[in-house]
Amino acid sequence: MPNLNAAFSALSDPTRRAILARLATGEATVLELAAPFAITQPAISRHLKVLEGAGLIVRRIDGTRRPCRLAKGGIEAIYQWLATLRDALSRNYDRLDEVLAAMNREKERNGHE
Amino acid sequence: MSKMTLVTEGDKHIVVTRHFDAPPEGLYRAHTEPELIRKWMLGPEGWTMPVCISEAHPGGKIRYEWSNGKGAGFHLTGEYLELEPYSRIVHVERMHLPEPTPDNHVETRFDPDGAGTLMTMRMTLPDAETRAHMLATGMEHGMEASYVRLEGLL
Repeated sequence: MPNLNAAFSALSDPTRRAILARLATGEATVLELAAPFAITQPAISRHLKVLEGAGLIVRRIDGTRRPCRLAKGGIEAIYQWLATLRDALSRNYDRLDEVLAAMNREKERNGHE
Repeated sequence: MSKMTLVTEGDKHIVVTRHFDAPPEGLYRAHTEPELIRKWMLGPEGWTMPVCISEAHPGGKIRYEWSNGKGAGFHLTGEYLELEPYSRIVHVERMHLPEPTPDNHVETRFDPDGAGTLMTMRMTLPDAETRAHMLATGMEHGMEASYVRLEGLL
């Protein structure tokens, strides 16, 4: 399981988000990942290290290649966490619906007096 | 049915939108009057807001204290910057956990939307790291996430 702080911190960088988006379409090597970016391979490798440390990607050894892919557990943990927060926020606003409805009823009552 | 959306924007922003079947005046009051705020801004079930200070004028203080009734609690402080009844509120806020978090600059708009109101809350954090931390810890009354798009991810 990834550390959520490390995971969100890793996601705060646009290059790393682009790398994850690319990996969502399938496994890739550093060389393939570096191709679309105007940055060096060592820089991409550093980003991969951050993503790996955050539990968002895993790498395997295949001869001299070290292809990367998304770490299913890490990505799912983030979505699960966001869903939990989303529920808490939704409950706030569902309660606000009730408060607004009560305000409206009161207004109508006062208007009819 | 979900009426709420939450997206990240650029490196420092989080934008929440939601439609309400009530006029902007009701929304504005429910966001600024303490006796109304403490009825809904509570986060998870079981939490209450024993202290709610909201001085709705520029420079006015904000202080919300939450409790779960079992000894756990935390609070938020802030200041109002601009108020335009009943359409717009600008304030800054920070959580105390207990260390204060970096300031979150929040603009909340209430625009007529059909017979109701579209609320748009735009948060601006000092930097991408702070926003990431905020999403990770779910601070600000567990508010920060619904459809966080993670910009193209999956």
